[in-house]
Formats: sequence, C-alpha cells, structure tokens
Amino acid sequence: MSKIKTSRTYDDKAKAALNKAAAYGEDINLDNYVNPAEKLPYQEDPSKLAAKTKKDMLGAGIILDDPGLRSGTYLQMDSTPVHFSARQEGIEVMALSQAIEKHDWLTDYLWKAVPIDSDKYTANVELSDNDGYFIRALAGHKTVYPVQACLYMAQAKAVQNVHNIIIAEEGSELHIITGCATASPNEPGLHIGVSEFFIKKGAKVTFTMIHNWNPEIAVRPRTVTIVEEGGLFLSNYVLMKPVHSLQMYPTARCEGKGATVRYNSILTAGKGTNLDVGSRVLLNAENARTEVISRAITTGGNIVARGYIEGNAKDVKGHLECRGLILGEKGIIHAIPELKGDLAGIDLSHEAAVGKIAEEEVEYLMARGLTRDEATAAIVRGFLRVDIEGLPPMLSAELQKAVAASEKDLM
Amino acid sequence: MLNIKDLSVAVEGKQIIHDINMTIQTGETHVLFGPNGAGKSTLLMAIMGFPKYKVTKGSISFKGKDITGLSVDERARLGIGMSFQRPPVVRGVTTRVMVSACLKGRKDGDTIEKLAARADLQDFLERDINYGFSGGEIKRSELMQLMAQRPELTLLDEPESGVDLVNIALIGELMNDLLEKNCPIAERRCMGLIITHTGHILDYVNARTGYVMCDGTIGCVGDPHEMLATIREKGYNECIKCYLGRIPLHE
Repeated sequence: MSKIKTSRTYDDKAKAALNKAAAYGEDINLDNYVNPAEKLPYQEDPSKLAAKTKKDMLGAGIILDDPGLRSGTYLQMDSTPVHFSARQEGIEVMALSQAIEKHDWLTDYLWKAVPIDSDKYTANVELSDNDGYFIRALAGHKTVYPVQACLYMAQAKAVQNVHNIIIAEEGSELHIITGCATASPNEPGLHIGVSEFFIKKGAKVTFTMIHNWNPEIAVRPRTVTIVEEGGLFLSNYVLMKPVHSLQMYPTARCEGKGATVRYNSILTAGKGTNLDVGSRVLLNAENARTEVISRAITTGGNIVARGYIEGNAKDVKGHLECRGLILGEKGIIHAIPELKGDLAGIDLSHEAAVGKIAEEEVEYLMARGLTRDEATAAIVRGFLRVDIEGLPPMLSAELQKAVAASEKDLM
Repeated sequence: MLNIKDLSVAVEGKQIIHDINMTIQTGETHVLFGPNGAGKSTLLMAIMGFPKYKVTKGSISFKGKDITGLSVDERARLGIGMSFQRPPVVRGVTTRVMVSACLKGRKDGDTIEKLAARADLQDFLERDINYGFSGGEIKRSELMQLMAQRPELTLLDEPESGVDLVNIALIGELMNDLLEKNCPIAERRCMGLIITHTGHILDYVNARTGYVMCDGTIGCVGDPHEMLATIREKGYNECIKCYLGRIPLHE
C-alpha cells in the first residue's frame, strides 16, 4: 500500500523494529525472499482463473465456480488484489488500499490493534509493498453466506505482505472463511499476514481458516482482535497440510462487558513441519468469557501448542484445553498452557494432555469388529472432531470436510 | 459351540487362571459365579482375546475353529461379542459411531435409531461414548452395541452391577433378545457366558449351567439356581471348602 499515507511516526517505529526477532519461533531471514516483481491483472470473473489456481484455492475452502454460496470474495495473489466483490447489501469486501481511498476514517484503524513494532514481520509489512482485505459488515447487517478470502502465493521465493482489516459494526454478523494456498508444491516462500479485527457492540464474527501451503513455506501471521461489549469472536484454525514453519500467537482483547471469544485450532505436523501456535485472550472487562481449544497431532513434526488467558476484570471466565496426540515414533508436542489472574472472583482453568492413543480404547473398538487400523482411524477422527458452537452448519460442514480430506494422510 | 480345553492364562507374567475346561453348546447360556479375584473376568477377556491376557496352556475353539491365536477383532468378526464392565471413554467417538461400527457388514441389522429406542438411549447417540454415562447407561449402551453386532457368543461381565431396579428389567429384556431366549431352543444359535455376583440376572435369563470359580479355576459345575441358593445361604467360603475337599492332596 505504498500510496497509503502513514504518519512519520509509523514509519520510524517500523524502521526501528526491522531487526527485532519475534518472541517465539525460528528467526527468518527476510533477505532470503524477494519482493514479488510483477503486479498481476485484475480478474472480473474469478471463475475464469486457471483451473489449477482454482483447484489450489478450493483446497483451502475457496469456491470460485458457485458464487451463490458466498456473500463476497476477495482474492489476492502475492501482493496484488486480483478480485474483490460483495454480493450482499451491507457487506463491504475490497482491497484495503481501495478501502482507504473510500473511507478516510479507516487510517485510524491501521495498526490500532496490532502494534506496528511487534517484530520484524509487522515492520516489514508496513515498509514493503502490501495489500490485504477490508471486510466490513454495516451496523445490523448479517451475512447469510460466508465471505471468502484467499491469499495466494504465486511467485516462488517471494514474500507476501498482507494487511487485513475486518470491522463488524454494532449488531452485525459476519462469517468469513479464509484460505491460503501456494502455486508451487515445493518452492519456498514467506507469508506475513497482519490482521486486525474490530468487533463492535453486540456484533458477531466467525473466522474460519483452512490452509493449503507447501512444505517449504514459512508463515508469520500477526493477528489481534478487539471485542466490544456483548461481541462474539469465534476463530477456527485448521492446518492439515504441510508447511515448513508457522509461528503465530493471535490475541483477542475483550474490552467490553460480556465479550466472548472462542479459539479452536486443529494442527497437524508431519516430518519437516515446525509449528509454534497459540491463542491468547485478555479478559479485560466484566463477565468476559473465553474458551481456547487446541488439538495437535504430530506424525513426525514439532508442535509447540501455547495458550494464554489473562483475567483482569470481575467475574470473567476462561478455559484452556490443549490436547496433543503423538502418532508414530518421532515428533514432539510441547503444550504450554498459561493462566494469569490478579483479582478475586475470576474463574480460569486449563487442561492439557499429550500422549499416544490409549491401547485400551483401540481394543474396545476392536472388540466390536474393527481392525486395528480402522479403530485407530476412528479415534483420530474423534480427536479431531471439534464441535464448534455458533458456527453456521455450512461452515461446520466445510471444516469437517477439510479435516476428513486429510485424515488419510495422517494414517 | 465354544470349547475351552485345559486353559491357563497369565496376566503380566502372573498366572491368573489354570486348567479350565468348559463347553457351551449352540443355544446355551452359562453362568459364572465366584468371589472377587477368582478369575472370572480374566476368563472372559481371554475368550475375547485381549493381548494382555496370555494363554500359557490349552486352547479355545469356537464353531469348530481353534481361535487361541486370533486377535480381538478377528474373534469379534467370527461372532464373539463382549459387554465391558468398565469400558473406556473415547473422546470424540460418538455412541452413534460405535453402533454403526458394530452394524458394519450386517445387511439385516436394525437401524441405529431403532436400537437406541430399544435401549432407551436416543439422547445418547451424539454423545461421546461412555462420557459421563451412569452405571445403568453404560450397561444399556454395551448391550445396544452387542445388539447391533449380533454375536453368536455373548460374553457379559456383571451386566446387572450398578443398575437400579427399573433398569434391571430392561437390561434383562435386552439380554434375552441377544441370547434369543424367546425363540424355541432348537432354533437358537446364540450362546452366552455371563458373570454374575448377585445372581439377579437369573430372574431374567434362562441358564441351565452354572460354574463356581475360585482361585483361578472352576470348582463346581451344576444347576445355577441351586448354586445361587447355596452361595446366598452359605457364602463362597463353603464353595471353596467343598472344592478344596475334593482336590487330591498331591495338587
């Protein structure tokens, strides 16, 4: 977004953080990646994209041949928005660069939730050519079908700098399904995605991510969500496909009374995959609620599964559940659940378990006639089954489909 | 027919049962009595074929086939089914999934809904199996799964324990269904072996042969109703004394 005027202070802050390593995860040398060279052409009708591109995107839950199933679509290739459209009144879907030209108030939202100097990755997004999606539901408007957004990495060895802003105005309801995908099955690349969510009073946002990168891709998302009074944020993260390195610790701040946040993550790591993934919720207002649930399976990769809930106000309640399954001989799962409270009357709890499949459970299913492999598959399928309260059935079905499609690879 | 010959079983290197002989003819249900620790459950687990229960001597044959070396699932597919006394909770695996696994490969099976209605478990189908189930619900769920599986040999480990009086009648009915007790003897093909502590189950199941197990072997074979009367009156100590009196001194 070179054309976006950011203040001098932003620029200085970003420059000062350019060498600041992230608190967690492998430190990535940004010099190993080039900035995408060419601007790609805008595509009026996304169903006319190349068949292979559409297939890659479909693997991440993005449907381009049946627009009736979506309230809006945003497609970005490398740093270029190649298509955006909204199909429902009261829903805005566009490139952030364009949204800023349309709404002069929008600059107030940039870097309001995510600190610009969080680390070198946020700094790099600001200082490089970037764009991203702007999705907004106007007050009282509710999406019938989800809005879909795809961030596609077309050029190999390049860095994709993304900055997204999502705003759910008062009393609105927004369902978003986003997927990342890569053109190459094995070339390296770096995806940096800054996402800032603003959920106003009484609004509801569900955000479902299904990813389809390749085993050489590094990913550094930086996401912060601010939830106002009575707002609900429901985040579902599904990673069933290989990636080289993913580190993220999205944070939700409940700033209004009764704000509710639910994080569900399903992570799998095969050999060569390194995940350091957590969810952090700050309960800063009375009666705020959260539930953070993660399921991690390693078949040879390394997973650090973090979770952090902090209670800073009266009568808040939070629960953290971290379960890890080690399939096969190698692979590490390190569960780090953390709770912090500084008031009486808050209620925070966690449970964490890491292990292999209990033999007793396998034998129980075998006694019903299932073979050992069938029994194991049923238990793994059950482990990955997360019932997500508040998710529309259609998204729930797509989530289950994405999980089911990859189950076989796990076995 | 189930035929157990000179069977000895060890668990984690420790001999638990020894020299068991037992024959259950097609259509018959037999009952196992015995004090805690006598080895009743071990015998059932060994018949089902759980790997922890190692056969150190003797053999088990079922429908004329030696099954001593078969795995649990092979035995299940051959027609042996078991109700667990304390089945594990399997998170994420619903009761519906379990019942449908049991129905697998059976074209003549009832629908899952029908089975759930019979076991009064309609509201449990979408719940994780055994998660938060009461004692009676576990028993009914185990029997429902067996009714889906329709084994020719049903092994029941204390089906009445922890069940209240209202539930016990329903459980008795389900067992009778499983063991085909409502059809003429000549047409029955199902066999049963039931462990009971209290004998309540005899009010519901028509069993003609009973065994008293003590110290890892069968001490006594006879009419189960008579046995139960003796046990109720005199306790297992009398059985053990009687049994010990009959063992030749060199043993």
